[in-house]
Amino acid sequence: MSASLTMEKPWQRWLIRFGVFVAMVILVVPGAWVVLTAFRPNIEILARPAVWIPHQLTLRNFQGIFGLLTTQPGLPVVQYFINSLVISVTSTVVALAIGMMGGYAFARYRFRGKGALFLGFMLSRTVPGVALSLPLFIVWARIGLIDTELGLIIVYLAINVPFTIWLTDGFFRQIPVDLSEAAQIDGCTRWQAFWRVEFPLARAGLASAAIFAFLTSWNEFALASQLSRTTASKTLPVGLLDFTAQFNVDWAGMSALAVLIIIPALVLTFVVQKQLIAGLTFGGVKG
Amino acid sequence: MKFLRSPRATPYLLLLPAIVVILAVVLVPLLVSFWTSFTGYTLTKPATLFQFVGLRNYQRLLGNADFWWAFARTIMFITIALNLELVLGLGLALLINKITWGQRTLRTIMMFPMMFSPILVGFQFKYLFNDAVGLVNNALFDLGLIHEPIAWLVEAGLANFSIIFAEMWMSTSVFAILLLAGLMALPKEPIEAARVDGCNAWQVFRHITLPFLMPFIYIALTIRSLDVARAYDMVKIMTNGGPAQRTELLWTLMTRVGYQNSQMGMANAMGYISIIVSIAFTVFYYRKLTSARAFMGGAQ
Repeated sequence: MSASLTMEKPWQRWLIRFGVFVAMVILVVPGAWVVLTAFRPNIEILARPAVWIPHQLTLRNFQGIFGLLTTQPGLPVVQYFINSLVISVTSTVVALAIGMMGGYAFARYRFRGKGALFLGFMLSRTVPGVALSLPLFIVWARIGLIDTELGLIIVYLAINVPFTIWLTDGFFRQIPVDLSEAAQIDGCTRWQAFWRVEFPLARAGLASAAIFAFLTSWNEFALASQLSRTTASKTLPVGLLDFTAQFNVDWAGMSALAVLIIIPALVLTFVVQKQLIAGLTFGGVKG
Repeated sequence: MKFLRSPRATPYLLLLPAIVVILAVVLVPLLVSFWTSFTGYTLTKPATLFQFVGLRNYQRLLGNADFWWAFARTIMFITIALNLELVLGLGLALLINKITWGQRTLRTIMMFPMMFSPILVGFQFKYLFNDAVGLVNNALFDLGLIHEPIAWLVEAGLANFSIIFAEMWMSTSVFAILLLAGLMALPKEPIEAARVDGCNAWQVFRHITLPFLMPFIYIALTIRSLDVARAYDMVKIMTNGGPAQRTELLWTLMTRVGYQNSQMGMANAMGYISIIVSIAFTVFYYRKLTSARAFMGGAQ
């Protein structure tokens, strides 16, 4: 790295730094502006000419969307939040269990139709959510799963399982088979060997698979918007769209809601950023 | 029954729940939608689910100008967005690779847009490009560059530009991060040897760096082609295909026909076409990926 740097002239080095700086500004400013808006009073947001430096910051927008202010009726944000949480957590836990079983089967067993099955799982991911929402709407309506949390949980399971299989397959492959075999020679059953040897070793990888699954469910919109109808199952992203449908767009309130959606994603992505990069790249290096 | 207890059954039993879930949520609904695409199914009249009309939905679509516009726009959107993201992502990765100090922090910043769900990205740019209160117009006003607000999300060209801009903001990082990882894995020796032999920077890039990066480029394109339809969320909140269908993509048109006009049969025919488009892009890039890998394998 340093060898290549010495070949650049100082002006080139500054040009590189400038280019990176501009790129970073473009990546950060839009999101930061929304976050800032969430804490600004509406007067400042609508002011003309524009107020660039905030004169005051407020939590009123958050109180507003939670219905704590008497002046405006709140959205059922608390209910949306609870729905989002219940749906995301449940589907993550179940998807992880199912995906782990599948990943273990692919990593440790040889069987007929293995390649075709794996391809089938991956192909199921190519179906765009919005295209899948049409037939799911028809089927779910017939069997009474429309507008239920269970209905969305099952759908998110199917979205998350293939990716979890892909990830866990990779994690289990990295653990030498000898370890489990040694444990079995020492008298463990295969089941015990899995829980005492392989599972603890794969735990970090499984945690990141769980976070991927959680974020996918937490952020999903296309399916949720069609399969939910009322507060019984509407999630936060669907709530955000409801907000824009109102006649007077409440930019401050929407920004507050946006912040509410982004916080868990921000924290979790930050926690798994290393695994996220590894997860993204290992397909490129190995295959 | 005997098979179920034999060790040969274990992998199948382990995979059973996953298979059941995919069957129930993906395969069966796809069969249902395949069937409905050959019927005149209307949501308001349940009996029409069994009214077989043959290829009528597909024929009507192929003769429909709105559909062809949306189709062409979708192909353009995917092609332009993926290629621009690739070029910009590659540029960004090359720049960051040159920076020795604070690379880790830069990479963390790059991940920032990846945390946003598409619906949030859509809202964010709906706000930024808003003609009355948006950051973009405000900045242009205060810099004295414009005196009348620009209707970013209304005029056809600008609206499509805004959508592609939002899409690129969301996904360029994916390319940058993947390609940066590729650059870091790049072996030093061939580059040094080429330098000694008198290659200039462009020649090194063209004949060593780029071929080495090709598998990374195609894995990034494959991953992206899988979830490019997530742009539906973004467009839905930004323009919802409007105004007057100026930004209509297959995905928005499909939901309009299916849910608002209740023409589920027609919508599912469109859904099938959109699925084929998605699979076509994925297969195209995946093939490129395998051949790039084979090429690298042969070269090493």
